[in-house]
Amino acid sequence: MTSTTEQSERSGINVARLLMSFGPLMFLALLIVVFTVLKPSFIDPINIFNIMRQISITGLIALGMTFVILTAGIDLSVGSLLAFCGMVAAVVAKGGTANTLSLSTSGAQGFGWFAALLAAVVVGALAGGVQGFAITRLKVPPFVVTLGGLTVFRGLTLTISNGGPISGFDASMRWFGTGLIGPVPVPAIIFAAAAILCHIVLRYTRYGRAVYAVGGNAEAARLSGLRVDRILISVYVIVGFFAGLAAFVLSARLNSSEAVAGIGYELTVISAVVIGGTSLFGGIGSVGGTVVGAALIGVLQNGLQFNNVSSYTQSIVIGLILILAVAFDRWLKSRVRR
Amino acid sequence: MPTAEAIAPSPPLLAVEGVTKRFAGVTALSDVSLEVRPGEILGLLGENGAGKSTLLKILSGVMPPSSGRIVFDGVEFNPHNPQDAKRLGIVTIYQELSLIPTLTVAENIFIGRAPLGRFGLVSWRKMEVDSRAIIARVGLDLDPATPVSALSVAEQQLVEIARALSLKSRLIIMDEPTSALTETEVQKLMSIMGRLRKDGVAIMFVTHRLEEASAICDRMTVLRDGRLAGHLDRDGGPIKLPKIIEKMVGRAASELYARPTLRDVAGDVRLSVRGLRTVRDPQAPHAIVLEGIDLDLKAGEILGVAGLVGSGRTELARAIFGADRIAAGTITLDGKTIAPETPADAIALGIGLVPEDRKHQAIFAALGILTNFSVAALGRYSNALGFMAERRERQALASYRKALSIRMASPEQPIEGLSGGNQQKVILARWLARDPKVLIVDEPTRGVDVGAKAEVHQILVQLAARGIAIMMISSELPEVLAVSDRIVTMRRGRITGEMPGIEATEEKLMELMALDQTQEATQ
Repeated sequence: MTSTTEQSERSGINVARLLMSFGPLMFLALLIVVFTVLKPSFIDPINIFNIMRQISITGLIALGMTFVILTAGIDLSVGSLLAFCGMVAAVVAKGGTANTLSLSTSGAQGFGWFAALLAAVVVGALAGGVQGFAITRLKVPPFVVTLGGLTVFRGLTLTISNGGPISGFDASMRWFGTGLIGPVPVPAIIFAAAAILCHIVLRYTRYGRAVYAVGGNAEAARLSGLRVDRILISVYVIVGFFAGLAAFVLSARLNSSEAVAGIGYELTVISAVVIGGTSLFGGIGSVGGTVVGAALIGVLQNGLQFNNVSSYTQSIVIGLILILAVAFDRWLKSRVRR
Repeated sequence: MPTAEAIAPSPPLLAVEGVTKRFAGVTALSDVSLEVRPGEILGLLGENGAGKSTLLKILSGVMPPSSGRIVFDGVEFNPHNPQDAKRLGIVTIYQELSLIPTLTVAENIFIGRAPLGRFGLVSWRKMEVDSRAIIARVGLDLDPATPVSALSVAEQQLVEIARALSLKSRLIIMDEPTSALTETEVQKLMSIMGRLRKDGVAIMFVTHRLEEASAICDRMTVLRDGRLAGHLDRDGGPIKLPKIIEKMVGRAASELYARPTLRDVAGDVRLSVRGLRTVRDPQAPHAIVLEGIDLDLKAGEILGVAGLVGSGRTELARAIFGADRIAAGTITLDGKTIAPETPADAIALGIGLVPEDRKHQAIFAALGILTNFSVAALGRYSNALGFMAERRERQALASYRKALSIRMASPEQPIEGLSGGNQQKVILARWLARDPKVLIVDEPTRGVDVGAKAEVHQILVQLAARGIAIMMISSELPEVLAVSDRIVTMRRGRITGEMPGIEATEEKLMELMALDQTQEATQ
């Protein structure tokens, strides 16, 4: 009935949407410029690759989290799940829980890196599937299910590792964390490949469309014939898979699986996704945004460290940026909706 | 009991004088006047879109009139917000109840004004004693410490009325209070309304249900197309239904709804429903229960389903579509028995549904038109590997855009930026992309502006001509008459009548939609 007023705002909406997709990118560019001016060595390839290595672990999980948040869900368990999958990978890689810190390159031990990788991602995906089942079939909100998961997976990790780390992997496994292809760190390559894959899935496949639709309006999605429950379960499987993959890379990099690994990662991961413009209310967001969000946090952390800002202050800055990003998101929404 | 001496001398408590309300280009209410006197029940009647809700919003302080004057108790009444209206003594009880379910009955009654005891702390004892007395006035006998969520809809309504009384309200406006009640609950509410009338409270009873209005109202004001259609007075006995219907309909078939010529529908029976029955779902206690529905829908036919709010028309659509559970009965499609358990099942069988509540059930507001269009046919616009065939998808959208004249900027434009009519065309295109055998459209032109309504009707007629069996549910009778080849009427979960579209008139349909079966039998 009041269509005329809506139509006239269309141009305003487009500007808002443009900002929504490029706003974080512009902010990232600005940060890089500022840090480079402060200390030109910030832009050295060595440091850039360093940042890429730093963001690859949480970045991988953030890719999966993008799927979850696009459906208006959340997964708080990813940090604990990462520790759990890392521990599973270590046990498989070493064929036991013995803690032998060896940097020797002598022959394969346990079941080898591939079995370890497989175990990590399968366990991660299964754990995500169980949580997805609880969310859709038992109708417990995602926040609660994954909050429970956060505790459960940490407990499981401590149980199998008896509280300590499992360390010492063979060189073929360590390569996934510390190796280089040309000048580029292997974790950064894994992250980039995964990001491209996720982008393709969300942007160009039937499944991707369905994820956006379920997040945009679950009831309309159901009445349009989408199997909403299956899609919801699948996004938790995906984030679990990525937590497993990230766990493998992290263990390989540290040459150790720590029982206390990943504490607080859920916050960094969710921050990256949200700063990247994905709406916590579902339906809006992109993988590109998440990559930018992860890079923004990485650059901020690295740049502040580079300028000898204490890690305490870093926390404050990153927290404030998160709030500002969401406030910005809200503000854009209010403009679009009006 | 209203008598001549009770009505005649008392000056009006509320006088609405020449009130007009305009929205950007649309006049929702034009020069409407009415009066309510203390101790009387005034019925406010009218079809959907007649302007009842606009008038209610003005009276309850939600928005001001564009022009005209309202006098309440001898003083000019200009509420700035609903709180103002309440303080001045006019309380509106809406269909969506405004109680807080997690709080107790007593807490709800005294919300914002809890009685204080010593030290300025809440006196729970006094609150309980007082609320017990207050709810007794509306015939409720329950513990005031009961949480509201444990009450039935009828009981919640009575609590709202009790709260209104405790606020010393002198005019209570009830918006469709009986739509979610059972027969006995309606009787109880009516007797309480009668008691309040005796106490001198004025009640404005807004309803679709003609025989309820007829049974209790002392006078009626009827609106039609935003204008005053007339006032009706009790004359010895209750106001007769035909008189009300005449006032409500009172116009020749509008020029907006040009009647199509009778089409020759020779199609076979596509969809057949026999003995369909549902049971009350504890998750959705307000949903209407369907009882013994028999229905045939032919290929190429538009079957109009006419029914008021609460008649079960939407529930029928949802049951066929697999969105709600069926307790008994069979559905056959092209002679084969089907039992869709989910909408996905029904869609796979070739059934489509354009739901009633576009915003919550059909559109993905923030998503682009392209996804809104293809969401039900993702399989058709993607290859075996699951990749979208975007070029084919865009071409399809472009052709529907042309065929249905959808006015849009680009396929990426969020659908929320479109007008209601264009949104609805996108939803229609969504189903056309699947080539459905049966298309159920529920209130297809709700929230669609007048010009686009005729376009939507035209589209439906064209689809039927292509052989699609269309079931069109609507509470707007001119719309039902404009496009239906055959019409069935529903009331309280049952089908109450059937006639060829060409023979139907608004009067005939209204009678079938509004009458109880018992009354029907005695006539």
